Amino acid sequence: MGVAVTGEIVNEIPSCAQIHRSFADGPNVIEVADLTKVFGTITAVDHVSFEVRQGEIFGFLGPNGAGKTTTTRMLTGVIPVDSGSVRIFGYDIRTEPVRVKQRFGVVPETSNAYADLTAWQNLMLMGDLYGLDRTRAERRSSDLLETLGLSGRRDQKVQGYSKGMKQRLILAMALLHEPELLFLDEPTGGLDVQSTQMILSLLRTLNAGGTTIFLTTHNMEEANRLCDRIGIIRSGKIVVIDAPERLKAAIDRVHRIEVSFDRVVPADALARLDGVAGVSRTGDKWQITAENPDLAVRSLVAFSRDRGAAILTLNTLAPSLDEVFLRLTGEEERS
Amino acid sequence: MNPAAFRQQVRRAWAIARKDIRIYYYKGPVLIFGIFMPVFLFLAFFLGGRQLPLAFLLPGLVGMTLFFTSTAVSPAIFPWEGQARTLERLAACPITIEAIVLGDMIASILFGIGVTTVTILIGLGLGLPLLHGIVLGFAVLLAACCFSGLGMLLAVPPTNTPSNIMMLSTLLKFPLVFISGIFIPLDQMPAWGLVLAACSPLTYFTDVVRYAFSGGHYFPVAVDIAVLAGFALVFTAAAMYLHRWSMPRRI
Repeated sequence: MGVAVTGEIVNEIPSCAQIHRSFADGPNVIEVADLTKVFGTITAVDHVSFEVRQGEIFGFLGPNGAGKTTTTRMLTGVIPVDSGSVRIFGYDIRTEPVRVKQRFGVVPETSNAYADLTAWQNLMLMGDLYGLDRTRAERRSSDLLETLGLSGRRDQKVQGYSKGMKQRLILAMALLHEPELLFLDEPTGGLDVQSTQMILSLLRTLNAGGTTIFLTTHNMEEANRLCDRIGIIRSGKIVVIDAPERLKAAIDRVHRIEVSFDRVVPADALARLDGVAGVSRTGDKWQITAENPDLAVRSLVAFSRDRGAAILTLNTLAPSLDEVFLRLTGEEERS
Repeated sequence: MNPAAFRQQVRRAWAIARKDIRIYYYKGPVLIFGIFMPVFLFLAFFLGGRQLPLAFLLPGLVGMTLFFTSTAVSPAIFPWEGQARTLERLAACPITIEAIVLGDMIASILFGIGVTTVTILIGLGLGLPLLHGIVLGFAVLLAACCFSGLGMLLAVPPTNTPSNIMMLSTLLKFPLVFISGIFIPLDQMPAWGLVLAACSPLTYFTDVVRYAFSGGHYFPVAVDIAVLAGFALVFTAAAMYLHRWSMPRRI
């Protein structure tokens, strides 16, 4: 059951905070256990296990050659599983592939609409392959082309499309049958800002309507902004799975806080505050290190009130997801 | 709706066939090949210096036309789609590999029958009487299935380079033409030639067509039909089974 997609909806994208997420208690849509794929002597995917819950946006990250695309292809039934199991909506992808594929949509890594067909013909082909009746396929196609800014080019052959237009068309092809689950493999790789924003906005809208999303990406910022949980894969093995903010918090036991006051305050007074491990000054700002950022911030606020020194700025400087990624994949590589 | 149900999969196979016709067959060069091939074959053999009677020539020409057209495009579709990365799109859709193969075969069958009809019409236009039209129609349909199945079988090697498949296809197709009683009547062949001829499905089709136009034949018509049906079943089943193995290797 997907969300109805119209141009109006995309222009009224809810913010992440507005989206109520109830997936934490929802059923698992994807259940992967000990998934393994071997090409010759290379184990591309090595006993990978994870679950994706209903309504979740799950980011699947990893460096080039880590096994992201191979994993996604096994999940979508494009290549066979060597060992382990993949259950989607409770069905085994190996024994009931057609029934499972009917319920999800796929945006593969590379553009693969038929270049000799028009956008409309590509969509009608998808409608036929998903068993949609012609009226529904035409209505959905018109809506999606309008939403994705392609309605003016619907009768042009895809070979004349830009990369961004092709990618938007492929997304439309994946959404035509209103899937409950969407797999996207690098959906915004190499796209211009307009196409990227259009696709990301549509993904948020779809997710707000209940669509579960499995997103493979290299783009840390994209994953950070979109995903509820992130799985990082390295050399075919899952390194970690957690929420982006928890991942950032987990890699640094010592957090940094940047604070400035409207008047001079003594360094030693700051250093004695509960939760503060160290203090240094840069310009008019204090750099505080803290093992417990919550306690340190509370102490700083209390200090400000007691001393009558108003806080001008207060920032917690968490590591970026890029740092998390590099740290985790680097550690894995060393081990 | 159960998407895996037989009827649903046949509908989706038909969608694949229409896609193939639109993309691979409904092209100027392919259509020109389809129309000119039988015309040139007639010019080469009928107006040439061998002075062979039309009643002998036409069955061979009909056989060659159907054989070449039904196997002309179908072997290259999988490699083309693998190269263009559209195969991954199909693999992710709720359609079985068997239905994809069937769809490719349907397009090939329709193309083969269409072009072969042109050849038959030329023969009729030149005054050759058709004695057994229903038998001919049934044999053309059966042989088109058989040759399309062969075409799909030729597409099994998991390469995404169409020229490799076309080379393999040519290596197999041309020798078959020379051992199938098209240029040398079966009753004039040596014993070893007959053994080879018996291995070629084209032999049986040419024999039926000869019966349809002249009443003469080497094998009993029922044997021709049964063997053609057997080849069609074996080629189709083998193609579907082997593509299950090779298709993931193209992606």
